[in-house]
Amino acid sequence: MQHFEPNDWKKYIITFLVTGALFLSAFWVSNYFTGRKIDQVKIAEDKISLDLMSSEIQFSLLQEMSCKDVSTNALSSELNSLAEKISYSESNIGTENSNVVSLKKYYSILEIKDYLLMKRITERCGQKSVFVLYFYDNDTCADCTKQGYVLTSLKEKYPALRVYSFDYNLDLSAIKAMISIYNVPDKMPALVINGKVYSGFQSIETVEKNFPQLKTLKKKEIPESKETTKKSA
Amino acid sequence: MDSLYTIVFYVLSFLSVYVQVFFLITFLQKRKQIVYHADNLELASYPSVTVTVPCFNEENTIDKTVKSLLALDYPKDKLTIFLVDDGSTDTTWQKIKEFESHPNIKIFHKENGGKHTALNIGLVHAVSEFVGCLDADSFVHPQALKRIMKTFESYPKTMAIAPSIIVYNPKNILQTAQKIEYDMAVYTKKMLGFMGGIHVTPGPFSIFRKKVFDDLGPYRKAHNTEDQEIALRMQEHGYKIDHCPDAYVYTVAPNSVLKLYRQRIRWIYGFIKNLIDYRRLIFKKKYGTIALFTLPSGFISILGAIFLFGTVIYNIGSYASRKFVQIQTVGIEGTPSFHFDWFFVNTQAALFFSVILYILVIVSVVLGRRMAEGRAGFSLTIFYFIIIYSIIAPFWLLRAIYNAIRSHESSWTFERQSATEAK
Repeated sequence: MQHFEPNDWKKYIITFLVTGALFLSAFWVSNYFTGRKIDQVKIAEDKISLDLMSSEIQFSLLQEMSCKDVSTNALSSELNSLAEKISYSESNIGTENSNVVSLKKYYSILEIKDYLLMKRITERCGQKSVFVLYFYDNDTCADCTKQGYVLTSLKEKYPALRVYSFDYNLDLSAIKAMISIYNVPDKMPALVINGKVYSGFQSIETVEKNFPQLKTLKKKEIPESKETTKKSA
Repeated sequence: MDSLYTIVFYVLSFLSVYVQVFFLITFLQKRKQIVYHADNLELASYPSVTVTVPCFNEENTIDKTVKSLLALDYPKDKLTIFLVDDGSTDTTWQKIKEFESHPNIKIFHKENGGKHTALNIGLVHAVSEFVGCLDADSFVHPQALKRIMKTFESYPKTMAIAPSIIVYNPKNILQTAQKIEYDMAVYTKKMLGFMGGIHVTPGPFSIFRKKVFDDLGPYRKAHNTEDQEIALRMQEHGYKIDHCPDAYVYTVAPNSVLKLYRQRIRWIYGFIKNLIDYRRLIFKKKYGTIALFTLPSGFISILGAIFLFGTVIYNIGSYASRKFVQIQTVGIEGTPSFHFDWFFVNTQAALFFSVILYILVIVSVVLGRRMAEGRAGFSLTIFYFIIIYSIIAPFWLLRAIYNAIRSHESSWTFERQSATEAK
């Protein structure tokens, strides 16, 4: 008994519309949370910016006074926490996303400001410190992931080590100026340690050997939360 | 590469959600038409029915199977049972012979030739108006036949009716997971029945008007999935297949991963090969739901499961490789500390699509449980199904695809032989 049922086209279309609506809702919810996260990073950056300005002013005001009163550690950990968030945003929202790029530029500027201020403070106060400017490339640098691990590990070992990470290809004049000032080659990863340039992957042993000052830094005494060095593959 | 992956992910997710929404909309439209028969059900007339039980090495279950058929609440003079021994190598034939004297039962013994040949013996000898089959590892509910025949009575255009298959007495997590799957299938099968899109008339107790075989010919080997092939053949010829949700048949589910793996390779292999054999139906609007929905969605679910599996393997591999590089570079570091920050909770759209899909699957399971067992509740055992199948299903899917490409058939006889050896 042949009997072909007529197709219920209306149901196919309604299903399509309902599924589409579910998908749009999922995108909307995702965008909402992404927006919240970007706002959170912006707020953190603004806070760091304010803190940096405050430190700069504090430094200027206290020029004639004791170096003990200048705090230097809080900002470093906040910058590191921000680095983790920007790195996560890059992998989850996208390296090309304009909001992420903008946050990253802001972050890089904050890093440079922190670097300049800390350099002045350590020079003026005669503090022992080692500054590492780390240039990486998100696209073609196979060794950058390894270099990131090395620097994270070194920071763990020597909390006073100050590592500043920069995306070599980020379109930011301040980074370009640093590259130009330190003659950073385009072979990534590249490190500038207390003004001296190293190109290509540097192992922990190499860095420690080439930089005996590191050993004069106070080593980590008690375990604390791990901070990740920004870079990444 | 990333963008290609994203496109494939979104397309597969959309189609998978589409399939579940389609079922749900059908349910909302037709829920009042789902009939549950009363216990004191009576029919206007009781047509004659022949049920064939193909057996290959079923010595452990045949007795219970036959007794469940004899206990059917159906006039005895209208019910004939054929027990066909397909060349068993155990004591099945001796067990069958014990029923030889029963007036309703006829027994047959033949050389091993595969399940379809055993079923065709039944078709050759049947003189009834309706014919059916019952796998020898399954047992029928006493009211099952009456309920099916009532559905035929109510819908004279229906040419075959599939029952609701329930896993019998699950004893381990694997069988419980299968029970959830079978319960969900009660729901999806009924919805496909409403839409005219059923693609399998399962071995356990599907009943046909004999005219189906008179018109379309006997069972075919059909890559050892003759129950899929006959359903597709019927769909091609516009023969309506329905589902009777309260015609319960209890089946013994494979109790080990290996047995389940073998069974599913046979099913999926059969589905793929039958899909290829009946590719002329796909997207031809004349054939309705089977062409526009059932077959494409089966194909999508295979692709989706493999894609998901590939993604998981890739992520595990990528994590392992990162860890390896890290250990190689800086050695093994102390135990990392964990601090919760909602910022690092994944809020990508992909996650929400997956959540929507899983919610819809859980809704299907809950509705299926309600239809199969009258229980609407959510049970944590649902996660057995989701977790176990997510892990092991891709293996049989990939193997079935591999076999399909190489045309390496997985045999029902072999499956039965292995099951017997394992007992």
